[in-house]
Amino acid sequence: MEYLTLFISAVIVNNFVLTRFLGLCVFFGVSKNVNASFGMGMAVTAVMTISSILAWLVYNFVLLKFNLTFLTTVVFVLLIASTVQLLEMVIKKHVPTLYNMWGIYLMLIAVNCVVLGVPLLNVESNFTFAKSIVHAMGAGVGFGVAIVLMASLREKLRLADVPKALDGLGVAFILAGMLALSFLGFSGMISL
Amino acid sequence: MKELWSIFSKGILMENPIFVLALSLCPALAVTSSVTNALTMGLTVMFVITVNNMTISLIRNFVNPKVRLPVYIVSIATIVTVAQLVLQAYFPLLYKALGIYLALVVVFAIILARAEVFASKNNVIRSCCDGLGMGVGFAVAMVIIGAVREVFGSGTFLGYHVLPISYDAPLLLILPAGAFIVIGYLIGGARILVNRIEKSKA
Repeated sequence: MEYLTLFISAVIVNNFVLTRFLGLCVFFGVSKNVNASFGMGMAVTAVMTISSILAWLVYNFVLLKFNLTFLTTVVFVLLIASTVQLLEMVIKKHVPTLYNMWGIYLMLIAVNCVVLGVPLLNVESNFTFAKSIVHAMGAGVGFGVAIVLMASLREKLRLADVPKALDGLGVAFILAGMLALSFLGFSGMISL
Repeated sequence: MKELWSIFSKGILMENPIFVLALSLCPALAVTSSVTNALTMGLTVMFVITVNNMTISLIRNFVNPKVRLPVYIVSIATIVTVAQLVLQAYFPLLYKALGIYLALVVVFAIILARAEVFASKNNVIRSCCDGLGMGVGFAVAMVIIGAVREVFGSGTFLGYHVLPISYDAPLLLILPAGAFIVIGYLIGGARILVNRIEKSKA
């Protein structure tokens, strides 16, 4: 039960994109069509879960043990960037169909706010091993939901007559604001 | 001298990291609910981007291009850690307010982008100017967003009341949703301004 609330809270109540503003570059960059957004959501979920697992292990068994916590940021960034590269190579070699579909998104998230932010938050809130996995998966699914919603809105927006100065990024931000406003309705549903 | 000035000044409006290049948006929304936080974040990023540009420029001839990205990341992460430790030691309250976003300065696209696009090809002085210009542009943008949100969202500026107490502040501006909407309109405004300047030059 505890895990379920943590998961749901990460997906909607504390949605990482819309209430914590992590991963915005990718959120605005890739949300131009629904298929690409879906792929991005999957890639982010996978990378985030794997890197949270590794980051938890490294933090608890190496950094804490040798009293090196001031190196957390440096170690996590390198850990995640190298994991993503390794993952890309493995997928390219063994599952080429998957690589053709989602491979390009992997490189985009090697150095990314949300992928680094979740392991850092896990460590900061002293989550157990199981909890950090659930939290990371929830965050990934939440990112996926937000980006797919945004992409479907932006596909509709192409037909609209937007003032020239706001066209593109400006109106995308205002749209994201409306989306965040509707997600605000979930706040208070779960308190942790 | 004139050339250095043009390198410095392009970051402030014509290639403003937030409003025009639209890089590093996470902090622009997350820590701009008050001017103080926005300014601290702006200054931190300015420090990191300038020092990093200078470092990369100094080592640009010794780094094998194949491993340049990991080298850039390690350099940025080290400088951010220094900034983090300094803030934690001298400004613990601000450190707490910025929270996780301070550590996330490491992955700001603008810092890596300047290292890759500019510092790896130019000498130290030019790279320093470029970093300072981009940093100032970033800080100015942060303060503008912070000011709009703080003045109209809670009626204060840097903590002092500037609007009458009876002003009924819309909560929306302090909430995440308001941040998106304010930045959306500011991007539109910056675009009009940039277009006007380009037209008057042509």
